[in-house]
Amino acid sequence: MTEMVFGTMPARVGEPVLPRWWRTIDKWSLSSVLLLFGIGLLLGLAASPPLAEKNGLHPFYYVERQALFGFIALLVMLAVSMMSPSQVRRIGVLGFLVSFVALMGLPFFGTDFGKGAVRWFSLGFGSVQPSEFLKPGFVVLAAWLMAAAQEVNGPPGRIYSFVIALVVVMFLALQPDFGQACLVLFSWGVVYFIGGAPFFLLMVIVGLAVVGGLGAYNASEHFARRIDGFLSAEIDPRTQLGYATNAIQEGGFFGVGVGEGQVKWSLPDAHTDFIIAVAAEEYGLILVLAIIALYSLVVVRSFFRLMRERDPFTRLAGAGLAAAFGVQAMINMGVAVRLLPAKGMTLPFVSYGGSSVIASGIAVGMLLALTRSRPQGQIGDLLIKRGR
Amino acid sequence: MIRTPLRPLARILSARDRGENPDAIERENLRLRHEAMRDKSRQRAEGRLLVMGLLFFSAFTVVGARMGLLAATDPVEPRAAASGASILAQRADIVDREGRILATNLVTHSLYAQPQSMVEPERAAVELAAIFPDLDAEDLKEDFTGSRKFLWIKKKISPEQMQAVHDIGDPGLLFGPREMRIYPNGALAAHVLGGASFGREGVHSAEVIGTAGVEKTFDGWLRDPGNGGQPLQLSIDLGIQATVEEVLYGGMKLMNAKGATAILMDIHSGEVVAMASLPDFDPNTRPQPALKGDPSDSPLFNRAVQGVYELGSTFKIFAIAQAMDLDLVNPETHIATKSPMIWGKHRIRDFKDYGAELSVTDIIVKSSNIGTARVALMLGAERQKAFLGTLGLLEPTAIEMVEAPTGKPILPRNWPEITTMTVSYGHGLSASPLHLAAAYASVLNGGTKVTPTILKSPMPAPGPRVVSEETSSILRSMLRAVVTRGTASFGEVPGYAVGGKTGSADKPNPQGGYYKDRLIATFASVFPSHDPKYVMIITLDEPSENSGSEPRRTAGWTAVPVGAEIIRRVAPMLGLRPEVEPPAQHGITLVRN
Repeated sequence: MTEMVFGTMPARVGEPVLPRWWRTIDKWSLSSVLLLFGIGLLLGLAASPPLAEKNGLHPFYYVERQALFGFIALLVMLAVSMMSPSQVRRIGVLGFLVSFVALMGLPFFGTDFGKGAVRWFSLGFGSVQPSEFLKPGFVVLAAWLMAAAQEVNGPPGRIYSFVIALVVVMFLALQPDFGQACLVLFSWGVVYFIGGAPFFLLMVIVGLAVVGGLGAYNASEHFARRIDGFLSAEIDPRTQLGYATNAIQEGGFFGVGVGEGQVKWSLPDAHTDFIIAVAAEEYGLILVLAIIALYSLVVVRSFFRLMRERDPFTRLAGAGLAAAFGVQAMINMGVAVRLLPAKGMTLPFVSYGGSSVIASGIAVGMLLALTRSRPQGQIGDLLIKRGR
Repeated sequence: MIRTPLRPLARILSARDRGENPDAIERENLRLRHEAMRDKSRQRAEGRLLVMGLLFFSAFTVVGARMGLLAATDPVEPRAAASGASILAQRADIVDREGRILATNLVTHSLYAQPQSMVEPERAAVELAAIFPDLDAEDLKEDFTGSRKFLWIKKKISPEQMQAVHDIGDPGLLFGPREMRIYPNGALAAHVLGGASFGREGVHSAEVIGTAGVEKTFDGWLRDPGNGGQPLQLSIDLGIQATVEEVLYGGMKLMNAKGATAILMDIHSGEVVAMASLPDFDPNTRPQPALKGDPSDSPLFNRAVQGVYELGSTFKIFAIAQAMDLDLVNPETHIATKSPMIWGKHRIRDFKDYGAELSVTDIIVKSSNIGTARVALMLGAERQKAFLGTLGLLEPTAIEMVEAPTGKPILPRNWPEITTMTVSYGHGLSASPLHLAAAYASVLNGGTKVTPTILKSPMPAPGPRVVSEETSSILRSMLRAVVTRGTASFGEVPGYAVGGKTGSADKPNPQGGYYKDRLIATFASVFPSHDPKYVMIITLDEPSENSGSEPRRTAGWTAVPVGAEIIRRVAPMLGLRPEVEPPAQHGITLVRN
């Protein structure tokens, strides 16, 4: 009767959201991220009490905050990972617009927390760094533009995305925040590379980077001193790098033991930029290798899954997000082992930082959403190709 | 490249014939092309994603391997890396001609504070002030409790002071190793050495840079690690320098002079064996230059090199030397010496009237201004100027000291005949005692030019000839006669055949004209005069010998006795044996006594 009056009940097409999510998500990457977050909390227990003590807070204040923000970040990540590629594109582009406006507002409303660079908005209970949220949004926007450029009669998306990248880099350099600027430029480069950059151009860019580096080395004394300090075999044991190196050596293979580490008392950035040194000292090489393996698992698996992807946008956006995630981790750890010159960069999910961990959650959520298994037209291929 | 048309004409025409829409064919072709393009880009992207994946994997592997490598190395005791190693602290020693140390380095410490790591800043400030009386506890307290992260407290501290600071026991008080310059002989040869101070300073070391004298001239050389720590060897002889300074100081006090200078120079090589300027200073604690008063009265002023004076009658032998060299006169030529000599509106007088005429020898022996002036007139301004230029009297000396260029002779603006005459007896042209020493050495050593040097140097090749050997020999006989029977009779030192010339010049008054009672008394000597080895210049500033009924200020009474005493003391140290003078054997005979 009811059916006769109101029409039939709308039938559910396909399977429910959660089972489909669970079936298609990359469970290895998801578990790696959860493990990394757990390790971050564990290391926070060791690394942040000195800071809490210095600021007159109870010892695990920062751990609790990190747990709270991390919980929010995980929820955000799961929610984002359930989206379809077009939804990811939508929130990515919108997120980019919002955070770009926020970035432009920094010089007027931002604060520098006495660190010399205006990068944050202070919200009372915490602070937000717009550039953290800008990165995933920018990658999605760039991928969208480049994918559109691959359509016949599509817009000149490569040029557009390059101009946008330059504008963003300029705003970041004004803060100044060269680390994030490099990261933005690098992820644009990855998207461009996957999107089919001509090889000749790549060679030219590499050449220009080398020439520019040499020029900066000769022109800027500050830059030259940083590089010299990096290249010299000796390190001053009273620098952050010196402490970090010493901590890694002290730790050896199995660490000095939980809570026994000393480096967290000397390093001001033990809970953020040099958390890997704390890990190495207290838990030894084992944990460090595990952390590296987890990051590398997420990044490499994402790349390999994207190889099967047919949708250009999904492929490009996924590759850009994975590269940005991986490079950030690599730079952080590379600095601690003196493979790279000193550059402040957090270890995603592991380092302490409220807005940073939520931004990482969004980025990795997008990555997980884009690397979900989807029908890739294999059956169609078989039918059509066979038909011809 | 072959382009496949989107609207192939054959198919379009046949489709039209069949009444189909030809646009469908174009759309179909477009779709096919798009798919082909997408397939191509997918394949390319597949390859590149693989590359990226491998790159990231290997990069993570490298980081991991590096971690493993670091973890496998044993931690070493943290050792201060030499971040200040760019500051080279080594500075070569300076030694005298026998290799005795004149300047060397001493390891010491500087004291600095890092207030943020201090435990009890207030107590540390009070105790520091007790150790170093020149520090103020209140100021230190302010510095230690303020926002400063680093401050120097003392540049050099002694071991006892260091121990006392250790005993304060504050971890924020730290020591930086230093090398300090030390002059173990104190004020000896102060003006030659100059002094040194700290340049760029770091925690680990500090640069020592020369501030004056040879320390500054040879600053680059002394700091050059390429020399392998080889010392800088000067021509100074430590013992002789000490004797010269001691006697000169005594002489300066006896003669009530306000300043004195002495130069002892090897007559052939131009090496300065001793050079003293009084009053002097201790280069270990080199005083700051005085901001007021005459800088030439400062102890820092090197009278021997920087002080330019009208050196009076000592210049007379230059005119006589040139005239004899040009065969205008010989020692027996008689020159009119009627006093006063009137030249235009000028009058030239001698110390006293020497009669109608004198031989050239006697002009030198009695020091007649008029006689010299007449000889100079024979030469003329051009030749005189050229000769003085050859002797180096018209430009700064070439000695290797930073002060040398400031000892620039003061020349008459133009050179009329009256100037020719006054310059011939040492007025109107000011030069430094070092100029005089080099010029005397040049004309007396056999007649070859001598360039003064402060470095021990192997015997240089003789310089260009300035006068003939014979002229040089005659000049020495004349100077010997000045000592045996002339104005420098107090200069006789038995066995060393001292020859010399006095010069007493009125000091110019800065307000114009000359002082009547202030003189520069100079004794320029050579010994032994028959076989010349050394020249010595003694100059006293405003001497006055008061033992008689009226003060005697002329060089013969003041500078000459001081010079003779120095020669008496120094000649044996120089390895000269007292010997009996051979009788004069040249064409001239000095038989009159």
